[in-house]
Amino acid sequence: MADDSLFEFLHMEIVSHIFNEQQSSKGEAACISLLEAMGFRVGQGLIERLTRDTPSFKDELDIMKFICKDFWTKVFRRQVDNLRTNHQGTYVLQDNKFSLLSQFSGGKQYLDQAPKYLAFSCGVVRGALSNLGLESVVTAEVSIMPSCKFQVVIQKL
Amino acid sequence: MSRQSNRTTDSKKMNSELFTLTYGALVTQLCKDYENDEEVNKQLDKMGYNIGVRLIEDFLARSSIGRCQDFRETADVIAKVAFKMYLGITPSVTNWSPGGDEFSLILENNPLADFVELPDNHSTLIYSNLLCGVLRGALEMVQMAVDVKFSQDSLRGDNVTEIRMKFIKRIEENLPAGEE
Repeated sequence: MADDSLFEFLHMEIVSHIFNEQQSSKGEAACISLLEAMGFRVGQGLIERLTRDTPSFKDELDIMKFICKDFWTKVFRRQVDNLRTNHQGTYVLQDNKFSLLSQFSGGKQYLDQAPKYLAFSCGVVRGALSNLGLESVVTAEVSIMPSCKFQVVIQKL
Repeated sequence: MSRQSNRTTDSKKMNSELFTLTYGALVTQLCKDYENDEEVNKQLDKMGYNIGVRLIEDFLARSSIGRCQDFRETADVIAKVAFKMYLGITPSVTNWSPGGDEFSLILENNPLADFVELPDNHSTLIYSNLLCGVLRGALEMVQMAVDVKFSQDSLRGDNVTEIRMKFIKRIEENLPAGEE
């Protein structure tokens, strides 16, 4: 029963550690993808635990709904506020008060720092989808804190 | 910090898995980054320290616990309030030294190591070393210099997990120049 703030502190510390250690040698993009990869593994593990007792999903949209409701509630402690799709494999998940950005000053002050703090979460979502059989690319975009849009593009095989 | 007050136990459990898995991902990454376990242990302790110095504020704000009179009281608060609040477990406090400046926290189960098995080639890795850093950092912020280390770890074949804490000294408050 770890407390939420413990996870938030750990997450902050991971981000700053990775950036302190690796940014000089490998550059920012590599740090972002490192965090994303860590999130991916965590997402894989979580979804296994979470879907143990759920019936199997009908289709892609069904999976996305599950991600927006159950998964988001368990991981980020609230539901996604808005889910949009073009019905061709692209989904936009909007969270108006994303938990890992809630400690930042609202507005645009730290906008340039946001990618660091979203990479892990993108990985978590991608990892979860991957274990549900959907290969995807997940990116996040912030225009004003703490609201955040995750774009999920499902890769058709 | 805004927090939902009506969380179910289920979501709490889930959140603990998120924490455990994230911590696992971190240790895995550190093992890739550094050649030897010693260095990984050191990094985990350092990161824990950074968490501890901030976590203490969260703790004091939420628990409304005042200054401890002695090290025994400190031990009780750590085991019964802090561990309970953040990890949902209550370690037992034992093995007091005669001088009352040293004690052990015995963890029946370690939430950080829920899904973990240590491979043979990491026999010197102290998997949960982050905890030591957290305790050290948090106590330093309340003017106590304390030495914290794992003396037993069930991941490495011991029966229980034991954290040994030794009080070193009280840190004097440095008043800013010009203030009485």
